[in-house]
Amino acid sequence: MYNKSIKQLSDSLHKKELSSVELCQYFFERIKRYDSDLNSVITLNETNALVVAEQADLQIQRGESNTLTGIPLLHKDIFCTKGLRTSCGSKMLDNFISPYDATAVKKLAEAGVVILGKTNMDEFAMGSSNETSFYGGVKNPWDLNTVPGGSSGGSASAVAARLAPIATGTDTGGSIRQPAAFCGITGIKPTYGRVSRYGMIAFASSLDQGGAMTKSAEDAATMLQAMVGFDPNDSTSLDKPVEDYSASLDDSIKGLTVGLPKEFFSDDLDESIREKVEEAIDVIKRAGANIKEISLPNINLSVPAYYVVAPAECSANLSRFDGVRFGYRCENPVDLEDLYKRSRGEGFGNEVKRRIMIGAYVLSAGYYDAYYKKAQQVRQLIQEDFTRAFKDVDIIASATAPSVAFSAGEKADDPVSMYLSDIFTIGVNLAGLPGMSVPCGFVDEKPVGLQLIGNYFAESKLLNVAHQYQQLTDWHEAVPAGFGE
Amino acid sequence: MSIQSEDVLKIAHLARLGVVEGEVSSYASELSNIMGLIEQMQEVETTGIEPMAHPLDQAQRLRPDEATEVNQRQSLQANAPDVEDGLFLVPRVLD
Repeated sequence: MYNKSIKQLSDSLHKKELSSVELCQYFFERIKRYDSDLNSVITLNETNALVVAEQADLQIQRGESNTLTGIPLLHKDIFCTKGLRTSCGSKMLDNFISPYDATAVKKLAEAGVVILGKTNMDEFAMGSSNETSFYGGVKNPWDLNTVPGGSSGGSASAVAARLAPIATGTDTGGSIRQPAAFCGITGIKPTYGRVSRYGMIAFASSLDQGGAMTKSAEDAATMLQAMVGFDPNDSTSLDKPVEDYSASLDDSIKGLTVGLPKEFFSDDLDESIREKVEEAIDVIKRAGANIKEISLPNINLSVPAYYVVAPAECSANLSRFDGVRFGYRCENPVDLEDLYKRSRGEGFGNEVKRRIMIGAYVLSAGYYDAYYKKAQQVRQLIQEDFTRAFKDVDIIASATAPSVAFSAGEKADDPVSMYLSDIFTIGVNLAGLPGMSVPCGFVDEKPVGLQLIGNYFAESKLLNVAHQYQQLTDWHEAVPAGFGE
Repeated sequence: MSIQSEDVLKIAHLARLGVVEGEVSSYASELSNIMGLIEQMQEVETTGIEPMAHPLDQAQRLRPDEATEVNQRQSLQANAPDVEDGLFLVPRVLD
């Protein structure tokens, strides 16, 4: 049962072969059995979930249901969930019980999902290995000595180990796609503005975007559909009609043009990763697509520009954590400044502090033009590179990450080397484009991800190509050894 | 751009971030490395390039200036470290 698709599970629920209560209990048992090795789930919602599952069963009996009714899900702990702890992986919010639901949480609940719990993540989504969490690192089920990627590493690890059929994630510089690649699952980040950021704890507001982490593109289409749409509570939400993502999954990709950016296939690319990605592109080619080399001349500046824009926005966003209205407060503050400084100094971990300081530095008097303005100009150049490329191609393909999952501790003391693990994903966020990662094989028994990048609003096209690829391959069906029945 | 220990103390103060004495020099070297990465941006000429504000050139939406939120003071203050009579308490500011 653990490897079934949403559609298969939903069919079983609707044929009454299975109740939502039984399905949720089944996954709670898997979490209890396997998660002590993984540390992917940090809050369980057991009592409440079974009540919601009972209601889902009643809806199914009354014929008031849809595909997601009664399907269990895990939320990344960056999404506010009413009445349930929302920690963002930080000591700062360890005691925070959200008084409201994020829009994405509300929309998924309206679609009928049952929340099993909340997943571990890099603190405030700042990290690429899940090692910056206050709750300890998450393990990759394919190799417990390696990281699951980050920052949505708890969601990726849990879906890979089949502890839940689906999970939410967020992606500011690759935080859905890179862990999806490391854990061998499918992940999609839609166009910036598609999924409401209301109630999604802000890291870098001009880059943050919620999305779906699932076993397959088919599941991703169903899940993402329930998350997207205009929200007046998010000032950058897009008021634009949404396509039916599942409707075009079976379309032929004959005649589609796939662009390969030469900068992403340079001599620096690891040979074993290149081989897997080229095999995957070959499969897409055999399905009738044309392959074309393209160039994104400024893409090598995406990591430097990102490490100005993201920290600058993070330093502004995280100023709300002041020890006064919610979150951690230090013991016995002597005055207001001491209260601010010690609450923040003790409540935030090192990576968060580094990024706040970089942000404060690049925004400080006299440096604005040299850094923030410059980065926004570079961002414009990167966007223009993509716009030019999409005149000639329908989608762009590359490796999702420059390596397979690395060992825990390997990059933990070297921020710059950690940052470079997002070298292929960050440009997509700077431009606000949709992107996804699909499993495309193994190197040293660790999963490799194929990244697909679409033009604005091309989520349907991405999901269509990914689904067609998954009809011809079965990498997405693989379950890590030791996590079977 | 090399960041010195005194820069770390200055930035940390601007961000109201307490840093432990013994961590200042390691922050200085880590932040210097990060700034080294950032400096690569200077390679490209950007004179005359419009800085990007929103990927889809969206303007901020306006809404009528009407109160839309209901008063949830009690539930919002349930997460506060210290409240009294509906007010957030902080250490004395004026003597």
